[in-house]
Amino acid sequence: MPRDRDDSQRLIEAVASAVGAERALWICGRGSKTFLGPAAVGDMLNVSDHCGIIDYHPDELVLTARSGTPLTDLRRTLAAHQQMMAFDPPMFAGEGSLGGAVATGLSGPGRPWYGAVRDAVLGVTLINGRAQPLKFGGQVMKNVAGYDVSRLMAGAFGTLGALLDVSIKVMPRPLFEATRVFAIDRDTAHTMVVAWARSPLPMTATCHFGDALHVRLSGTEKGVRAAAAQIGGDEFPHAAEFWDSLRDQTHPFFGGGRCYRTVLPPAAAYPACEGEWLTEWGGAQRWLRSSTPRGEVDAALRRLGGHATESRPSAERQPLDKGVLKYYLRLKDAFDPKAIFNRGRLFDEIGQ
Amino acid sequence: MSHDPAVLPRLRSILPPHCIITDPQAKKPFETDGLTAVKQIPWLVVLPESIEQVRAVVRVCREHRVALVARGAGTGLSGGARPAADGILLGLSKLSRILEIDPDNRIARVEPGVRNLAISEAAAPYGLYYAPDPSSQIACSIGGNVAENSGGVHCLKYGLTVHNVLGLKVLTIEGDELTLGGATLDTPGYDLLAVFNGSEGMLGIVTEVTVRLLPIPAVKRLVLAAFATLQTAADAVGKIIAGGIVPAGLEMMDARAIAAAEAFVGAGYPTDAAAILLCELDGTHDEVEEQCAQVVRVMRTAHATELRTSRDDADRERMWLGRKAAFPAVGRIAPDYYCMDGTIPRARLGEVLRAIAQLSVEFELAVANVFHAGDGNLHPLILYDANAPGQLDRAEQMGGRILALCVRVGGTVTGEHGVGVEKLDAMCGQFAAPELEQFHRLKAAFDPAGLMNPGKAVPTLARCAEIGGMHVHRGKIAFADIERF
Repeated sequence: MPRDRDDSQRLIEAVASAVGAERALWICGRGSKTFLGPAAVGDMLNVSDHCGIIDYHPDELVLTARSGTPLTDLRRTLAAHQQMMAFDPPMFAGEGSLGGAVATGLSGPGRPWYGAVRDAVLGVTLINGRAQPLKFGGQVMKNVAGYDVSRLMAGAFGTLGALLDVSIKVMPRPLFEATRVFAIDRDTAHTMVVAWARSPLPMTATCHFGDALHVRLSGTEKGVRAAAAQIGGDEFPHAAEFWDSLRDQTHPFFGGGRCYRTVLPPAAAYPACEGEWLTEWGGAQRWLRSSTPRGEVDAALRRLGGHATESRPSAERQPLDKGVLKYYLRLKDAFDPKAIFNRGRLFDEIGQ
Repeated sequence: MSHDPAVLPRLRSILPPHCIITDPQAKKPFETDGLTAVKQIPWLVVLPESIEQVRAVVRVCREHRVALVARGAGTGLSGGARPAADGILLGLSKLSRILEIDPDNRIARVEPGVRNLAISEAAAPYGLYYAPDPSSQIACSIGGNVAENSGGVHCLKYGLTVHNVLGLKVLTIEGDELTLGGATLDTPGYDLLAVFNGSEGMLGIVTEVTVRLLPIPAVKRLVLAAFATLQTAADAVGKIIAGGIVPAGLEMMDARAIAAAEAFVGAGYPTDAAAILLCELDGTHDEVEEQCAQVVRVMRTAHATELRTSRDDADRERMWLGRKAAFPAVGRIAPDYYCMDGTIPRARLGEVLRAIAQLSVEFELAVANVFHAGDGNLHPLILYDANAPGQLDRAEQMGGRILALCVRVGGTVTGEHGVGVEKLDAMCGQFAAPELEQFHRLKAAFDPAGLMNPGKAVPTLARCAEIGGMHVHRGKIAFADIERF
């Protein structure tokens, strides 16, 4: 497998030929997230050979890499300079590419404090549905020239174009971290976490599951120690593995059975759904293991200002707002008039 | 110009008389925004007092095909709110209610005319604030901030408007009311929040904004460092960031900006320095103490000639004063100045500043540089005298050259002020024809009739072809017959 290769010419030609034949393409990087939502139809456009870091200046906090670059390569390179992708994208089964991370828009346990994938995206080169390679955004932090097409690609599931390369803002790794653990029930934990989030503590992740609350603190050593003394709890020794297991869904909670990802205003009460909860993001992301049908879960979430998606297995589409759908379809048409890319993945183009 | 005679009676049926301005003198305050060199009296000004009235105005514009330009507080710096001569200017400043502060969910829900600073003031009793702080924050409105994706001096750590807006309600020209995002951290589907932030009023009218609030940091401290050359100051910035610190703010001023600021407010800046850096650190007490010590260490090894650390908040405010007053201070040393807004990869700073100095000689116009050094956003202020024949033209030409330079080193023509009408030509140098076409298609997805803020933000291909600055793609120019603006 190549580590540094520009495969863009082949990809542009493949898209051009698909456009000419009006044949759908299923964009695939490392294939680690194909289980999210319905499978795309059409021929596979394999971008995994289009890989390698194009530009990385640690002083600038900016990295540009081809979309097929494995996340493991990026993490290794950044770690060598004490830097990180703050949005901390998941690596399901230890895999994942930069393009896939951007297209699916998934972020790790630090998301409320460090930002999401879209917050870190600074620029992209993409192939649109006219087989044109287009460059949007750039390699600088502040850029308001033209519509923010780069960020629009985050979470679009490849339906607006095939990413060729992405520039992201990277961040210094915290100089020091500590995770505190508390033996505490769900509702007490929720109240505590909501109160802490309102105060200037260096909190960067939370997780409540069963009767344990874990809280990660990140910053300078003195700052973290002082904050740890302030919030209490016990030191938790295996912190890095623990947070990674949530990010990559290797934590035992995720091991089989129907599971929903629910998103709520962080202080919102728990919906009255039967099942087992695992709560992250200071209350803003709560996983629910439950046999309750999806419609009921989603309805309960919507009453509280949130929404639910099936996490795995998840052949179902995301619930899209009907009022906005008209504009989604027009946007799709503006980028991909023949609906070549990832048809069926985000919505049913033909059925609308 | 003939106007549709049915429009005014319809507006009068939906808006009270004091909300419609037709008198030429009374319309004058709306002829320009913060880019005062660009002026245009609109056909009509409407100042609705409710969302219902906004809806009705949008309906009239749609049905009579009248151009609609939204305006917040009019502090924008790129002519984004310049009225259309035959259009309606929609002032949203009366929609200024703070609808909700929800401290537990750390959000504020506000109408578009609420001033930026008013959000932080309303959140302060809960120990929270709204982070983006454009220099006009005392006056500018949140709706305008969304339209421009406004920045400020704390972007490196806290991001731009797009990073701090969780939800929007927008009204499209077709009358659809869209709810984008909300109180949650994500919603399914396309990230239209990202598209609307910075869309310069081209896609829809913002009728409500939900912003995230942050806990007010326990401690803030400012380190001031002086340097004998611009290059050593620029190098120090890289070293601070490479050392693992993300300061809340990291600003640079050159000798001319320092001298102007000193003469204006007397902030105590060293006037013999070629550049100063202002580095603000915030967080908990222990954290700030450690970071401060590290920054001082780095500055010293980076050959700072003088170092000062704020003793308390009052001292910190005093030290910021010179930077915050830099623009008006420069306004005192020249009759007029033209503020540029390029962003560059920071490593190219020394080279770009040298090139700007050469341009200054070539065009015989002085330049003062104020720089958001942490995020590479450069504000060269070109000094000129509008009453001296030819100087405005020279200033604009020189500005164009500076922006082309920013693009050439891998940067952008606008970091935080927007394209508006000011940088349409510069956009031709930054984007190729297929990219501009893609922008136009995106616009058409929301506003197929092209009634919203026409002629802003994205140049037509014909305009680019005419100025010769466009990358012509495979020798073809699409849309060559489209109206130039």
